[in-house]
Amino acid sequence: MSFKAAVLVFPGSNCDRDCKVAVERSTGGHVDMVWHQDTALPAGLDLIVVPGGFSYGDYLRCGAMASLSPVMAEVVKAAERGVNVIGICNGFQILCESGLLPGALMRNNTLKYICKPIELKVENHNTAFTQGYKPGQSVWMTQGNADGNFVADADTLNAIEGNGQVVFRYVENPNGSANDIAGLMNTRGNVLGMMPHPDRAFEAELGSDDGATLFKSLLNSALTAA
Amino acid sequence: MKAKVHVFLKPGVLDVQGKAVEGALNGLSTVQGWASVSHVRVGKVLEFDVAATTADEAKAQVKDMCDKLLANTVIESYTVEVA
Repeated sequence: MSFKAAVLVFPGSNCDRDCKVAVERSTGGHVDMVWHQDTALPAGLDLIVVPGGFSYGDYLRCGAMASLSPVMAEVVKAAERGVNVIGICNGFQILCESGLLPGALMRNNTLKYICKPIELKVENHNTAFTQGYKPGQSVWMTQGNADGNFVADADTLNAIEGNGQVVFRYVENPNGSANDIAGLMNTRGNVLGMMPHPDRAFEAELGSDDGATLFKSLLNSALTAA
Repeated sequence: MKAKVHVFLKPGVLDVQGKAVEGALNGLSTVQGWASVSHVRVGKVLEFDVAATTADEAKAQVKDMCDKLLANTVIESYTVEVA
């Protein structure tokens, strides 16, 4: 079988091409680009990527308008069918705004746009996205956002922690994110949102190839399921 | 009908923009002779026309717009005025 993925493209997305190349080179799979106005996704997808960028200019709230795009209704349906979905950076914001993930992402408490390599701890390696990592492994990816400060009320945070939904944690919290959360999945375990970019860390030439392990994990999950 | 929506971060949610503005105001206060300020909150105001026939209908629809798009009720609260 060949791994099949789709990368969504919103007006203002700027990591869509990076995601396509990262998935292609990490998995050897086929990646379709899907415009936000489309009302259907390609058939037989193993992965949907909601990429980073500044969809709709980040107007109103980051990800708010993108979450109501026609294609997002299809993404919600696909997620309900069990298709794996990853939202990176602005994609994480879009998944929270769409209700696929709990909580919200707010302005970094430093008030700064943070753009630098960042160390993460793999908090849950028992997921389709992270099965290739070792338990508690330290990994490096790149952070690039102004609104990466994850917030949720105390009950939601307790539930997230209790369910093992925290997938990646910052080793040094850069932005005030609750419980050092850098990456978070839904209870079913098929929707992951993360602020750091695995799509900017998939080859050693980029400073780290730790992100490739995430895409390879998804490939292995698809092979196991097939 | 004219609708006016105010959106603010909920009490208890850290408003970093408000903190920055507060710091700037207090930084200028000595030079400008202003009293010190505290609890600055930065929000949004949206104004638009709604093609509804009654104020109640307009208000109900604008509230729905707030819940689905204009506010993120995880972190924000809103008020609606229709005239």
